[in-house]
Amino acid sequence: MNLSLLGPEIVLGVIAVIIVLLDLVVQKKGILAAVGVAGVLIAALVNGWLPMEPAKYAFDKMLVSDSFTVLFNFAFLGIAGLVILSSVDYAKKFRRSQGEYYALVLLSTAGMMLMASTRELISIYIALELTSISLYVLAAFLRDGKSSEAGLKYMLLGALSSAVLLYGMALIFGLTGTTQLDQIASSITVAKAIGQSALILATVLLVAGFGFKIAMVPFQMWAPDVYEGAPTPITAFLSVGSKAAGFAVILRVFNISLGHEGFVDWQTIFAILAVLTMTIGNVVALVQSNVKRLLAYSSIAQAGYVLVGVVATSNSSQFAASGVIFFLLGYALTNLGAFIAIIAISEKTGNDEIAGYSGMARRAPGLALALAFCLISLTGIPPTVGFVGKFYLFSSAVEAGWVWLVIIGLINSAISAYYYVRVLKIMYLGAAPSEEGVKASAPVVTALGLSLVGVLIAGIYPGPLFQWVEAAARSLIG
Amino acid sequence: MAIGLDHFLVLSAAMFSIGLVGALSKRNAVVILMCIEIMLNAVNVAMVAFSRYVTPVALTGQVFAIFIMTVAAAEAAVGLALIIAVYRQRQTVDVQQIDLMKW
Repeated sequence: MNLSLLGPEIVLGVIAVIIVLLDLVVQKKGILAAVGVAGVLIAALVNGWLPMEPAKYAFDKMLVSDSFTVLFNFAFLGIAGLVILSSVDYAKKFRRSQGEYYALVLLSTAGMMLMASTRELISIYIALELTSISLYVLAAFLRDGKSSEAGLKYMLLGALSSAVLLYGMALIFGLTGTTQLDQIASSITVAKAIGQSALILATVLLVAGFGFKIAMVPFQMWAPDVYEGAPTPITAFLSVGSKAAGFAVILRVFNISLGHEGFVDWQTIFAILAVLTMTIGNVVALVQSNVKRLLAYSSIAQAGYVLVGVVATSNSSQFAASGVIFFLLGYALTNLGAFIAIIAISEKTGNDEIAGYSGMARRAPGLALALAFCLISLTGIPPTVGFVGKFYLFSSAVEAGWVWLVIIGLINSAISAYYYVRVLKIMYLGAAPSEEGVKASAPVVTALGLSLVGVLIAGIYPGPLFQWVEAAARSLIG
Repeated sequence: MAIGLDHFLVLSAAMFSIGLVGALSKRNAVVILMCIEIMLNAVNVAMVAFSRYVTPVALTGQVFAIFIMTVAAAEAAVGLALIIAVYRQRQTVDVQQIDLMKW
């Protein structure tokens, strides 16, 4: 028993309970957000103490602490911190239940961190449900028509996808007699001899179950509705946190347990789905009029790019794995920045339609510039982290021999430039309906500033971050 | 005729299919939730059967089934709460009428 490896998650759990209790006694609800941010910082501090190399195990190898775990933990904690900061004003809409809001954000973050640090099917399932059930509630938190509908749709489809995922896990367990990822890997040759078709079915079910989490086509239909209806900070949280956690699990499960010796052709499944995900996400994004729906389809397309990298990791390429991780981190920073700018703007205008952003460059020069910068990064134009990430991702895929996939990815990037630039054009060249200025509050500006600094620094000087990402990739594909 | 692993797996597959078809075709949100519960119980049957016949010594499958039941209870609690929240807004739990946003 090595409880200390669970330190960051324990801190988040304790702070979540403290926030719910504090909510009963404090009048100024801003304190709750402050406690939440403090909790995230303490958890990050504890996380910094976790062992990285050599990897340490706890709870009968259910939990592993290596560079991969620690890097993803930092990412999730950073995401949670920025989401809490950007919720400070927004949370006033929740009136009586602000404490529960912050507590659920923290619990969901703990679930995401567990997802990145488990190597065993039972704990993967528990961590996934801890993340998801908190997010179902958070999506419905506004309690108006759209938000409740978003929560209900997310819950029904999420539960359905968990059932599918579990059936896949049951088949894997039946074929190999174990739920540990590394033991599955060692007994999978036997499993193939027993029932190859069952193994293929299990793989397909796992792909479908995890695909739902990352909003992969054809399991993406929940994403636009949930993103539109959910409170905007939660939309941001969903689009980066839950997606990154899903990819962390996919990297572990498919690279460790289903291995590289080619008994299951999972890379072909992912290659086809990557093409569909990129193309459908980008093409449907072209016709969106609501900015949250636009970003929903954009994030579906981004998941498609990541899948290109996941396909390339199938040749146990460490370079591809680091490409995937780097792209995910860059995408998380950028998308959070974009959503925080949208939170600040929509808070004042009360309008999520793209038309409402007309002339925003004159009403809120700083926010418009920030949003423009993030959209440029999402397109993949230097000097942003979006460019560096996409460059690493695609070059690693080329190196692994997936040239046709990369060509389709590049075509899709060109398509995506159209709808990102359209928002820029409306903001900078459109006529403003009123000259009233739009100002953001201090916490939101702080959160926005932090994510923009991250996007810019990692875009200009990616060296140190990339070294860390490479260490994480080494611990994944040893 | 002795009951073997195959019988349990056929039962499990049948339950899973019934649940899946129901979840995809029913219109009442509560019934969809019930169908999903059937799917989860199908998984439980498979888990316990595999545990009994494949790894008779280790209890991994049974433990997994207990965890699934626990989590499914939590999921059902949240699910019913969400259904009530929607019902208060719209006076219906028919998923085809819950369409403020494009589905």
